[in-house]
Amino acid sequence: MSATTAGAAPAAKAPRVETPFRRFVSEFFESKIATGALVVLVAIVLVAIFAPLISPQNPYDLAQLDIMDGRLEPGSRNGDDTMTYWLGTDDQGRDMLSGIMYGLRISLIVGAGSAIAAAVVGASLGMLAAYAGGRTDTIIMRLVDLQLSFPTILSALMILAFLGKGIMNVVIALIVVEWAYYARTVRGTALVERRREYIEAAQCLALPTRRIIFRHLLPNCMPPLIVVGTIQIARAIALEATLSFLGLGVPITEPSLGLLIANGYEYMLSGKYWISFYPGIALLITIVSINLVGDHLRDVLNPRLKK
Amino acid sequence: MSVYLLRRLIQAALVMLAMSVIVFVGVYAIGDPVEILISPDADQFERARAIAALGLDKPLYEQYFSFLGNALRGDLGRSFVFNEPALQLIGQRAPATLELAFGATILAILVGLPLGLYAGLRPNGAGAKAIMAGSILGFSLPTFWVGLMLIMVFAVQLGWLPSTGRGETAEFLGMRWSFLTWDGLRHMAMPALNLALFKISLVIRLTRAGVRETMLMDYVKFARAKGLSPQRVIGVHVFKNILIPVVTVVGLELGSTIAFSVVTESVFAWPGMGKLIIDSINVLDRPVIVAYLMSIVLMFIIINLVVDLLYSVLDPRVRLESKG
Amino acid sequence: MRKLLLGATVALAAMAGGSVPGRAQTLTMAVGAPVTSLDPHYHQLSPNNAVSDMVFDKLVNTDAQSRNVPGLATEWRVVGPTTWEFKLRPGVRFHNGNPFTAEDVAFTIARLPNVPNSPASYAVYARPITRVEVVDPLTVRFHTAQPYPLLPLDMTNVRILDKETHENATTDDFNAVRAAVGTGPYRVVSYRNGDRIEFARNDEYWGPKPAYQRVNYRMITNDASRTAALLAGDVDFIDQVPTTDLTKLRTDNRVALSETVGLRLIFLGLDHLRGPNENSPFITDNDGKPLGRNPLRDVRVRRALSMAVDRQAIVERLMEGAATPAGQFLPPGVTGHVPDVQPTRYDPEGAKRLLAEAGYPNGFRIQLNGPNDRYINDGRIIQAIGQTWTRIGVRTAVEGQTWSVFVGRAARQDFSAHLIGWGSNPDGSHPLRNILATVNAEKGWGASNRGRYSNPEVDRLLEASLTELDEEKRQKLVLDAERIAAEDVAVIPIHIQTNIWAMRRGIRHDARNDELSRAQDVRPAGP
Repeated sequence: MSATTAGAAPAAKAPRVETPFRRFVSEFFESKIATGALVVLVAIVLVAIFAPLISPQNPYDLAQLDIMDGRLEPGSRNGDDTMTYWLGTDDQGRDMLSGIMYGLRISLIVGAGSAIAAAVVGASLGMLAAYAGGRTDTIIMRLVDLQLSFPTILSALMILAFLGKGIMNVVIALIVVEWAYYARTVRGTALVERRREYIEAAQCLALPTRRIIFRHLLPNCMPPLIVVGTIQIARAIALEATLSFLGLGVPITEPSLGLLIANGYEYMLSGKYWISFYPGIALLITIVSINLVGDHLRDVLNPRLKK
Repeated sequence: MSVYLLRRLIQAALVMLAMSVIVFVGVYAIGDPVEILISPDADQFERARAIAALGLDKPLYEQYFSFLGNALRGDLGRSFVFNEPALQLIGQRAPATLELAFGATILAILVGLPLGLYAGLRPNGAGAKAIMAGSILGFSLPTFWVGLMLIMVFAVQLGWLPSTGRGETAEFLGMRWSFLTWDGLRHMAMPALNLALFKISLVIRLTRAGVRETMLMDYVKFARAKGLSPQRVIGVHVFKNILIPVVTVVGLELGSTIAFSVVTESVFAWPGMGKLIIDSINVLDRPVIVAYLMSIVLMFIIINLVVDLLYSVLDPRVRLESKG
Repeated sequence: MRKLLLGATVALAAMAGGSVPGRAQTLTMAVGAPVTSLDPHYHQLSPNNAVSDMVFDKLVNTDAQSRNVPGLATEWRVVGPTTWEFKLRPGVRFHNGNPFTAEDVAFTIARLPNVPNSPASYAVYARPITRVEVVDPLTVRFHTAQPYPLLPLDMTNVRILDKETHENATTDDFNAVRAAVGTGPYRVVSYRNGDRIEFARNDEYWGPKPAYQRVNYRMITNDASRTAALLAGDVDFIDQVPTTDLTKLRTDNRVALSETVGLRLIFLGLDHLRGPNENSPFITDNDGKPLGRNPLRDVRVRRALSMAVDRQAIVERLMEGAATPAGQFLPPGVTGHVPDVQPTRYDPEGAKRLLAEAGYPNGFRIQLNGPNDRYINDGRIIQAIGQTWTRIGVRTAVEGQTWSVFVGRAARQDFSAHLIGWGSNPDGSHPLRNILATVNAEKGWGASNRGRYSNPEVDRLLEASLTELDEEKRQKLVLDAERIAAEDVAVIPIHIQTNIWAMRRGIRHDARNDELSRAQDVRPAGP
């Protein structure tokens, strides 16, 4: 039964038989919650992509802001009476609705970009370590140890101090601090999988190493990778917020959701809840929908959960 | 086995060496500690004196080698800011962080395992759905935000718990601990929960995923078919199997919890190592940064070693090898 | 959310209403900046000075408005062109019973430059003194190389130690409490680095007796946590009240605030280093190409940029009123204030005209740098300035960095325009010497002149003032130099911060303009 995936591959070539992809799609949409979450996620991604077209204001253009409009309550009109701040404004007079739309862009780029890149780097190295063993394994795992023994916050601080603030720099910093988690997880699983019969069988058949790794080992390492991956996207977004909270991360003139929350955090006790509340909700919805989708993906992709 | 241990120790030393080089170069690249520490009153003469006093007038490699020489004798230097041995400073702060991290870990396991087990065994029940939704919230919320919310609700609004600080401490093994006094425990509750929140979610998810997979395994089906009691099937067969990922992750997380307590400690004004390191970074107090990182590296290596050993005990398929 | 805040108010009501007996004898204070050592000569830092002020005394103390008042010296005068004489207070004893004498003063001055590893030492205050002469047990004379009018001011920074107790005391001995022995109003009971210091009242104190028997001095560096600790009733008194909480705290009659205009100016430093025909690092024309000249060397451009800062809006909207718009380094009411220099008015139209006059009718591009974790609302202020500068055609990119990165770059003159602060002492010579004077390592001038401003006239007046013993003449020289620098827009002053403390009702505090949070300034409010 653990060989289902391997067995399914030749079947894919036969015409008019359902492909693994189609089966995957139909299985995915069986869950109403996951479907709903996917719809929300797609909507969020669309908002993020088209933010410059649909947002009432460019919150990153200082010339469009006026501190005299700062900290207005949701529903207030601006000083020139030309627009309404539906979700209020922050201390710089930044329209929160626009800020959230643009902030979503940054949070998604930072979160997804760094998680995917780190997963590719980490999983490849982890797989290599487990499969090659020997010196390669030692070197890679010592690198992992080195990385994991560096507290994320400190690595990020060092890297960002080197590179300066900026979105790409945050992504780079997050990749550097996160790849090791994937590498370690994948190696751990692969070590177990490697000793299973189907791999031995594949080796006996003298299949090329690359084929064994990508067609046999990788699919069976996917479930933990996806669990870690979903956690890491959420974590990357939260980490970016934390870096902003500590005064690093994205530039103060281009706030991400995390920085908007961190800014508003200082106003919480004084009752100006909207500055951090709405970005917080946006962040929450984004992460929850990512996690719901990822969660279900894992169930669908897991060869061992198949009946 | 002993060859394996020896190898790991040598590797550990190499990692620590690499770490110290990185920190030296890193701090050097970030900025000038004297600019930060010096009084604004100080003139150029005074600045030169301070630079010399801190040994920063020598070339970087020379500073590094004199650090290395001292380090071999167990002296990691004195804090630029506090003029106390860096290791002593860290030692003073360590108990606060350790008890917080252990408290959070224990909390995560006590809460996470049963909930995850429940959610895994009845994956379609309303309870399981609620638990999973809760776990998603658990790692969706940024720590600092949750920390402030906890303070707002439990300290300010309800007045049940003290808002910040460490409270009364009692001496044990020559160090001061909060968990030995009632007041200390009350102070610890919120930061520990704040720190544990993420890990509770993690443990729930790992346990649930493990349970669901294991329940479909042949040997579990076989055990059930054999008529073993559900308690025995779950308690022995399932539990043993799901412990591997949980042990790995909780073990790994213990280290990172200690390292990451930075945010929780600064929100709750908890005087631990996390706060010390963030303060030290802010003023580029290099001896403390180096000493802290080397201690953390050492701790991580020990934790990883223990995790690997446990691994081999729990899952005989993984063998420890002294690869060559 | 509203409900939550309502709850907070209710909890506060309960806390303010029920006064716990016995608590009146203990004061719990929370400060925002950590104390780094109990050695009063180790690290020149406001939090350390505040704690030192509780344990030790100085020859010359300062009142809440930084005016010199007698401390361990009862009077002081010039007895020769290069000699000051101080009469010491009789009958003063250290916490361990040792008497205070002139020998202790001589010992203290000798110790200042000899504190090992000090990152910011007090040696500057000993350097002008060539010899300390003990005339009799209660008279001491300081001999200086040159006439030195600022000696009493210097003495307000030097805490006096006991020769017998501290002869071989190290900083470690102070931190271990055993050497933390002074003549001050409080004794140290315990010290936990980065966490708290406990004090007990010195009942033998020579001066006014402090109100509280015991003081628990806690360090809570997170702003929101500090306010929350006050609202939750865990502490009685906090300093560095975040401006974001001010509106709420001001309207809350269960909390009392104490405030005073401080001595810390927030200003913009400008690039004077690059010559008129050189490129400044962060200035380009509107297409992003090098300009070929440094517009900041033109006083009209500097004035235009100053006119394009809306100080009133920054103070009202960002600082919540906790600052005063400024046109110079010191606020009204202290000696170094120049009465006829006013803060520049916000005038975008006038600024545009000046820019056109200077040859920049379409403006240029500039980057404004600043820290975002050092001064109150620093990151917000540079953004607000970026807004109004952009409106006069100077398209401004704003970059906020952590202090540790920022300050190193500022010291290397990496920036074209940068925001920074200056916590001054009340004498005008202080900012003049450190920020406005031409950099000169031999004289020790311009050590914080990060824009490399240089004006021979300012230097000449400063030079003359530093050896002028006639106080009236000296003040005139200082004020003239300050006025010239202000008219030349050497830097762009923004505002002077207001120092604010918050405490539960029923407590009174004398707000100090030097920002120090000391227990002897706090007492229960009278009936």
